[in-house]
Amino acid sequence: MILTLNVNGRKREISISPDEYLLDVLRKLGYLSVKRGCDTGSCGLCTVLVEEKPVLSCSTLAVRAQGKKITTIEGCQEEAKRFAEFMAAEGAEQCGYCAPGFTLTVLALMKENENPTDEEILHYLNGNLCRCSGYISQLRAIKNFMEAEKR
Amino acid sequence: MRFVNKEMKKIDGIGLITGKPFYTEDLVANQEYLIVKLLRSPHAYAKIKSIDITIALKVPGVEGIYTYKDVPQTMFTLAGQSYPEPSPYDRKILDEYVRYVGDPVAIVAAVDEESAEKAMKLIKVEYEVLEAVVDYEKALDSHILVHKDRAHINYDTIGYDNKRNLASSYLQEKGDVEKGFSESEVIIENTYYTQPQIHAMMETYRSASYFDVYGRLTVISSTQIPFHVRRHLARALDYPSSKIRVIKPKLGGGFGGKQTSVCEIYTAFVTLKTGKPSKIIYTRKETQAYSNTRHGMRLTVKIGSDREGNIKAIDIKVLSNTGAYGEHAPTVTSLVVYKTFPLYEKVPMRCKADIVYSNTMVGGAFRGYGATQGTFAVESAVNELAHKLGMDPTEIRMKNLVDQSETVSGDIKKCIQIGKEAFDWKNRKVVDMGNGKVRASGMAVTMQGSGIAGLDTGSATVKFHDSGDFTLMIGVTDMGQGCDTVLTQMAAEILEVPMDKIVLNAADTDVSPYDPGAYASSGTYVTGNAVIIACEKMKKEILASASKLMNKDIDELQYTGEYVEAKDGTRLTLKEIAIRSVGFEGKNQITTTGTWGGENSPPPFIASFAEVEVDTLTGETNVVDFLSVADCGTPINPALARVQVEGGIAQGIGLALTEEITIDKNGKLLQDTLMQYKIPSRKDLGPKVEVLFSYSNEPTGPFGAKSIGEVVINTPAPAIADAIYKATKSRVRSLPITSEKLFWEMYSK
Ligand code: FES
Ligand code: FES
Repeated sequence: MILTLNVNGRKREISISPDEYLLDVLRKLGYLSVKRGCDTGSCGLCTVLVEEKPVLSCSTLAVRAQGKKITTIEGCQEEAKRFAEFMAAEGAEQCGYCAPGFTLTVLALMKENENPTDEEILHYLNGNLCRCSGYISQLRAIKNFMEAEKR
Repeated sequence: MRFVNKEMKKIDGIGLITGKPFYTEDLVANQEYLIVKLLRSPHAYAKIKSIDITIALKVPGVEGIYTYKDVPQTMFTLAGQSYPEPSPYDRKILDEYVRYVGDPVAIVAAVDEESAEKAMKLIKVEYEVLEAVVDYEKALDSHILVHKDRAHINYDTIGYDNKRNLASSYLQEKGDVEKGFSESEVIIENTYYTQPQIHAMMETYRSASYFDVYGRLTVISSTQIPFHVRRHLARALDYPSSKIRVIKPKLGGGFGGKQTSVCEIYTAFVTLKTGKPSKIIYTRKETQAYSNTRHGMRLTVKIGSDREGNIKAIDIKVLSNTGAYGEHAPTVTSLVVYKTFPLYEKVPMRCKADIVYSNTMVGGAFRGYGATQGTFAVESAVNELAHKLGMDPTEIRMKNLVDQSETVSGDIKKCIQIGKEAFDWKNRKVVDMGNGKVRASGMAVTMQGSGIAGLDTGSATVKFHDSGDFTLMIGVTDMGQGCDTVLTQMAAEILEVPMDKIVLNAADTDVSPYDPGAYASSGTYVTGNAVIIACEKMKKEILASASKLMNKDIDELQYTGEYVEAKDGTRLTLKEIAIRSVGFEGKNQITTTGTWGGENSPPPFIASFAEVEVDTLTGETNVVDFLSVADCGTPINPALARVQVEGGIAQGIGLALTEEITIDKNGKLLQDTLMQYKIPSRKDLGPKVEVLFSYSNEPTGPFGAKSIGEVVINTPAPAIADAIYKATKSRVRSLPITSEKLFWEMYSK
C-alpha cells in the first residue's frame, strides 16, 4: 500500500506493507536519526513527534501515521542545536544514541509546559532511557536550556 | 593550561545530539546488504544429531545457510585481550555441541528479514538433549562436562582444567593470613552473591561486512576493540590479517560488552562465503540473553580483627561463573584481588578463586571488571565487622586503609574525610519517617587501575597537513566516555593550537596506529601518554623542518602554536612551514607516532556515601541521597569526568537494587527485554546525586591524570546494602536487593 506522510514539512510517499512500523519506514526514508533500542516499547529511543506529540515509532504501525505530520530531529535542527549546546556544556551527552528521541521529548515538554518542576520533567521524560549519563547532568542541561529559552 | 583540566565541550557532542547518522547501522542503511540471522539453541546443552536445511534453502531470498559442517575448525577466543590471550581458545564459529540456551546452531543469510526468519523456521534440527549444569554452584567436579575436549591455552598458569569444568583458578596470598586469624578477637564469615549484570547499552550488538574495491574484507563494527577483532577474525576464519580491515564508527555504548567480539564473525563469514555485503543486528533479546554479562559470583569473606577494629586477616573464596565459554575467565576474577588487596595494604589477605564453566550465557567484561564484585563482598564484610564491633564504618576504614604513600598518587582516606564532611555523615541518623518508611545511610570505598601495567600499550599518530593543522589518529575507541575529546584536548595543549585545528580520526585498523582498544580504564591514561609523546615529537619535527626552510640553526628557533620564530625575530607561520614542507622545497610530510605502556597502573579512588529510604511494609528501597568523592588525579575534563561518575553511580544503583537476573532450571534467562530487566530510569535517580573530586597529581599520568571510567561503578552496591541494613536490621547478601528479597529477609525472622 502507498503511505503518504508529511515528514519535517515535506510530503513523502512510500510503498509499505501493512505490518510495517513507523520506525522502519522513517529509516527507509532516510531519517536515520530515529533509533531502535528495544523490542518492547520500553526505551524511548525511537521517539518522534506525530502532530507535535511524542510517540514511540517502534510500536506505531506506519499506516496510523497516514496523512499525519511527523517531526524527526532532522526537522528541528535549529532548536536541537540550541539544546545541544546546553547538553554539551554539562558533558551530558555520552554515546548519544538516546539523544534524538530524548531531545524531541524535551522539546515537546517545553511546548506543553512552560514552567515544569523537576518532578514534572522527570515524569515526562521517564520513558526515555539512557544507560550512559545517569540522567543528572541531563536534568541540569534541560533546566538551563529552559531558562535561556525564556529570555 | 589552555585546554586540559578545562570543561571543554565534546568534539562530537553537537553532532550526536542533533542526530547525525554516524553509527554502524546508519552507515549501511538502505543498501543491499544480506541480512544475517542466527538460529539458536533452545537447549542448555545438546549435541546436534542432524540438521536438515534443504527446505529452508528453497525459501526465495535465502542466499546461504551454514552449519557446524561448513565452518573452519579453528579454535579461538573472542575476548578482547592482547595477544597471546590468557583466555582459553575454547570456541568454534559453530560447533556440533551447543552449550547454552542461545548458542548459535546455524547462520542464515537472506536478502531481507522476512526470508531469513522464514528459513529459520524451516531448518530441521534434531538434538540429543544432554543433561546440563545450569547452576554454576554445582559445576565444579560435576559429572557433566561443559567442554569434553581440552582447549588450547596460551598460559599454563591460568589453572585451566576442563575435566573439572574449570576455565581458570588461582590462589593469591599476601602476609600470614592464618596467623592473622589466630590473633583475631572477632571473626565473621559471610557469603555474598553478585548477579550476572547485563550491560544494556542502548545500541545492541551489530556489524556489517563487505569486500572493498581492493578485494579486502572490510568489517564495520560497534566494537571497543577493533584491532583485536581483526586478529580474532583472521584466526577464526583462517584468513590473512592483511586482507581484513575493521572500522569502528560511533558506538551507542559498550560498558565492556563490546570488549568481546560478539557478532563480527558471522557477517565476516557470510561475506567470505557469498562475496556479498552482509549485516547483523542483534535484537534486544539476543543482546540481553545471548551475548555476555558481568560474571556472576559467589564470594565468601572471612575477616578477623581485634576489638579496636584493627583488621588482622581477610580470606576470600570466590566461585565465578564464566558460562559456556571462557572469555575473560582468567582475568576478571583476578581483579577481585588486585583491586581490594592494595586498599587494605597492611592486612594479610588470601583469595582462592575457581572460575567454572556452566551451561549459561557467557561471562565477559563489564565496567569494573571483577573489582565491582570484590568490592561488594569485601566492603560489605568490613561494614558488617564495623557493626559487630560497634564502630563507625568510616572509623574502621581510617584504621585499616592504605596510607597516602610515596608510590601512589592520591589518598583514599582524604576521599573519606571530604565525603564525611560534605555528606554530614555524623549527623545522618536512622530516621523513622513515621509512615512505615525508614531512612539510613551507608558507605564504601574502592579503587581501580589505569590501563594494564606491563602489558597493554596505546599509540597515537599525528599528521601535519599542508594547511598547517593536524590530524590526530588513535586506535582507542570512544564509546561515549569522551576519549576522542580528552585526547584532542591533550594534543591541543602540547601543540599549542586551538582544538579545532586538530582533526580526530578513530578508529580504522588500516589507518589508526595499534591500540588494544577501550578497556581497563586506559583511554585517558595510556593512550593519553602516547598522544603527548607523538605531539612532542611533532613539535621537534616541525622545528627541524623550519630550520631547513629558514636556514637557521635549530637551537635558534622557538615553536609557538602559530609560528616558528628565530632569535632575530624572523618567523614562519605553521601554515607556511606546512605547505613548503610537503612541497618540492621540503619534500617532508611530517607524521609522528607515540606508543606508551605503563609499568604501573595507578589507581583512582572513590569513597561513596548513600542514604536510602526503605518502605518497611514492602521492602521497596529508594536511594534518596548519594555522594561520591573521586580521586582520579587531575581530571583532564572535569565535566566529562563528573558525568562518568554520575553514570557509574546510576549503573551501580541498578546493580544494587533492580537489575535482577533469573535463569530457570532449563537454563533460560527470563529477563530478556528491557521491560523485565530493570535498568534505572530517570525517576530512580532523582536529582540528589553529588560528585566531588579529591585532586592529586599522578606523576606518570598525562597532565597528572588517572582513569575514571570503571572505578565509578563499584561503591553503590556495598554502600546501599549497608544503608538498608541500618534501616531494617536485615541484611540481604545477594544482589540485587529487590523489595521481594528484602521483604522476606525482614519477615522471615
Ligand atoms: S525502540 Fe525502544 S521504545 Fe521504541
Ligand atoms: S548517552 Fe548513551 S544511552 Fe544516553
